[in-house]
Amino acid sequence: MAAGTGVAVVRAAPRASRGLWRDALQRLFRNGPAILGLIFIAIFVIGAILAPYISPYDPTVGVLSNNLKGPSLAHLMGTDLLGRDEFSRVLYGARISLTVGVVAVIFGLIGGTLMGAIAGGAGGYVDGILMRVVDVLLAVPGILLAIGIIAWLGHGEIQIMLAVGVSYSPIFARLLRGSLLALRESDYVIAARSMGASPTRILLRHMLPNALTPLIVQATLAAATAIIDVAGLGFLGLGPGDPRIAEWGEMLTDSSRFLQSAPYLILFPGAAIVISAVGFNLLGDGLREAIDPRLKR
Amino acid sequence: MARFIVRRLLVAIPVLFGLSVILFMFLRLLPGGGPAEAILGQHATPQLVAQITAAQGLDRPLYVQYVEYIGRLLHGDFGASFVDGRQVATTFLVRFPGTVELTIGAMIFAVGLGIPLGRLAARHPNGWIDGIVTVISLFGISIPVFVLGYALAFVFGVELHWLPTFGQIDPRLNVPPVTHFAIIDAVLAGHWYVIDALAHLILPSIALGTIPLAVFTRITRASVIDVSNEDYVRTARAKGLTEGRVNDRHIMRNAWLPVATVIGLETGALLAGAVLTETVFSWNGVGSWVVSSIQNHDYIVVQSLILIFATIFLTVNLIVDIGYAFLNPRIRYS
Repeated sequence: MAAGTGVAVVRAAPRASRGLWRDALQRLFRNGPAILGLIFIAIFVIGAILAPYISPYDPTVGVLSNNLKGPSLAHLMGTDLLGRDEFSRVLYGARISLTVGVVAVIFGLIGGTLMGAIAGGAGGYVDGILMRVVDVLLAVPGILLAIGIIAWLGHGEIQIMLAVGVSYSPIFARLLRGSLLALRESDYVIAARSMGASPTRILLRHMLPNALTPLIVQATLAAATAIIDVAGLGFLGLGPGDPRIAEWGEMLTDSSRFLQSAPYLILFPGAAIVISAVGFNLLGDGLREAIDPRLKR
Repeated sequence: MARFIVRRLLVAIPVLFGLSVILFMFLRLLPGGGPAEAILGQHATPQLVAQITAAQGLDRPLYVQYVEYIGRLLHGDFGASFVDGRQVATTFLVRFPGTVELTIGAMIFAVGLGIPLGRLAARHPNGWIDGIVTVISLFGISIPVFVLGYALAFVFGVELHWLPTFGQIDPRLNVPPVTHFAIIDAVLAGHWYVIDALAHLILPSIALGTIPLAVFTRITRASVIDVSNEDYVRTARAKGLTEGRVNDRHIMRNAWLPVATVIGLETGALLAGAVLTETVFSWNGVGSWVVSSIQNHDYIVVQSLILIFATIFLTVNLIVDIGYAFLNPRIRYS
């Protein structure tokens, strides 16, 4: 009997959430700014994927006699100090900047979800210890934590993903734990508990799916800040450090030297960072409104 | 109120304890050998490593070293930089004023512009002013500090020659460093040098203050709209109060609470943002010191600075919490 009802509850849940998600998607696609955000992101993703086919020059090979030339028909975004085509470099840079930023958020999401789910699910002293860990991580402001971790782990793409991921994980952990605590007293969780569902099952089947929506919104917005943070680390000389293909932030390092002679070397990689961050911010805001229509005024 | 403050203080202690353990281990778990190798970097020879290990007692049990480390910290001894041999605390006192000035400058810009913009946008939600303000704040949170910094330096420094883009004060003025606050030192030096110091502060403050500006605009807008829909605001209008009085007395007083919280939280973000801003504008503060220390593998400085930043951040949060409890009596008893 108990098992039978349990199955009924489980069957009902995905049907209801499918409807919810379809509604949310519909609202998202009717939201102009969110569509614009998606288009911005799509441009860079497609550009990054197709970089080997659409970039006019090899981003690693420069013609020294042709260096620091302004934008022209031959070089849409000009050439850098070594005479390399800036447009090709921005295209190839998208591969690193977007991948590192998005994977960093995924790392943070995994770490934060694990910490938040265990803390919110287990409660008691486990919750207490994990939340103190979160407090310690949150006590080091923003990018400084990532800087410290890179000082420790050394340079490289994986290291940056981990560093930025760790600095984001406490935010996700807190958010998820908060939602879980609120859900613990909700009617359907009490119902599932009273029917004898195990705590793990309640957590995984009933609570997590409902607590994940704010996390998805937060992750989309975090992708915007992650791209900016990764670029910031690159700018400070803590980037992946591959001299051939630079990440967008690395392309701006030392640009103050060329502020007078070649401002376009700051303009184009800078614009790439801004537009992709705007894209993720618009999409995140759109998702938030789509999932919770009450927010829209 | 006193109990509330004590309780909040007690929460900060385990956090700082945990962080000090992590940072203590940070130096000892660095890849490429033990702490002596890390301190020496490229200069590590077996003799030097043995010398440092013996001199600093790095061969003793970890807990003994940790207790000593904490003991030194409590006496304000953060160790010495490996690069220039100077005490971290000494250099900190020289550089911190620069970061404080920059943070205050950015805050004035962000609060002074963000709150009026948010109120303006909230007056007619979804109107054209609201639209413009929303776009501004969207770009504000999407533009990296260093990109904006260079853009400002290019337009107002290189092209227009309106404002300086380098350092805190013109070195040709030979202002003697007394307090290390460039503005105060300039005032003390007289000759209206303070104008030069203020001019140097403008562009870095705008670069650093733009993200908080966007955040304050958004939160003020949302908070004012929220409060405007309350029954007591309608009542205030119904009983014939002027719009200005309704705004000041009934809306803003209540709308302030979330804004005040976010202002406090952003102070920590400003400290971190100063790392990038100071690098762009060659600002002689703590942020650019973090960067140069990492580039020089000066781990003792990095370790100490992270701990100091975290302590400042926690202190600011504590002050905000206390201020918040002061403003909103409901918090004190929860």
